[in-house]
Amino acid sequence: MRRSLISAALALILAVAFVAPVLAVDPDEVLDDAVLEQRARDLSRQLRCVVCQSQNIDNSNAPLAKDMRLLVRERLVAGDSDEAILTYLVARYGDYILLKPPVQTNTAFLWAAPALIFAFAAVIAGFYLARMRRADNDAADKR
Amino acid sequence: MSRMVFLAPLALFVVLGIYFAVGLTRDPSYMPSALIDKPLPVFDLAAIEGVELGFATRDLDGEVALINFFGSWCISCIVEHPVLMDIAAREDVIIAGIDWKDEPGAGARWLEQRGNPYTLIGDDPTGRTAIDFGITGAPETFIIDRKGRIRYRFAGPITPLIWKRDLKPLVEQLRQEGDDAP
Repeated sequence: MRRSLISAALALILAVAFVAPVLAVDPDEVLDDAVLEQRARDLSRQLRCVVCQSQNIDNSNAPLAKDMRLLVRERLVAGDSDEAILTYLVARYGDYILLKPPVQTNTAFLWAAPALIFAFAAVIAGFYLARMRRADNDAADKR
Repeated sequence: MSRMVFLAPLALFVVLGIYFAVGLTRDPSYMPSALIDKPLPVFDLAAIEGVELGFATRDLDGEVALINFFGSWCISCIVEHPVLMDIAAREDVIIAGIDWKDEPGAGARWLEQRGNPYTLIGDDPTGRTAIDFGITGAPETFIIDRKGRIRYRFAGPITPLIWKRDLKPLVEQLRQEGDDAP
């Protein structure tokens, strides 16, 4: 009984361990040049699929995402820099196409927010600690 | 001072509440077009099967026109199609179509069955021109002015209400602009 449980668990682990992550990239899209292909994959992961907007084009199965993957690869083969390809797509789709918002005036608050929230929390914590210390000192004085 | 501290979470709650209430009224999936007031992308598309002429950027020189992306595979386009037919029949405006990612002949068959509202049609089997327009789905419609600039983008099927309320007034306004200019 116990042995069969263990072997069942092992079988399950083995089954899961060798499952490759599901890829949206079709074999016929992959470039022969491994370096270019790696750049294509990296770029694809930075680009938002405009159909299913929470996915990047690298793992989206939408036909439009495939068209964009092909476009990225075509431009890489033509010798474009990563920067040029991103600029090309931003010119057509706006900053929305970038999964990581660029740092600029209209995103300044977004990028500054974590630091601002931390500073706010630090000020409150400072007040709180100062008051605790005062209370301690008062208590000590009374003794 | 100490009473203020107790009010802080309430104040924070109010601020966040207003912020999220406004957020609820917005559509987070809405993507504004990056091409507004930009010149029309350069393209020269072949004709679809059964139609003689293709569609290129310069064909619309000096015209106020609608450019409509459609496909025989696109369900919303079936809903939109009668509206386009109606506009083509009753209004004095050029509607140009771009057949987006269709199988050869599929677009032509689709128009044969339902009627053809387009003055010009281009075939975009690779979807590359669609990407140049920043397309996010079909149907999608652009309005261009006489100087060949994109002035409006509407994503989704045009309904009679949207035509009457948003698109038609803009088309008329763009015509005026063109007439005033030398």
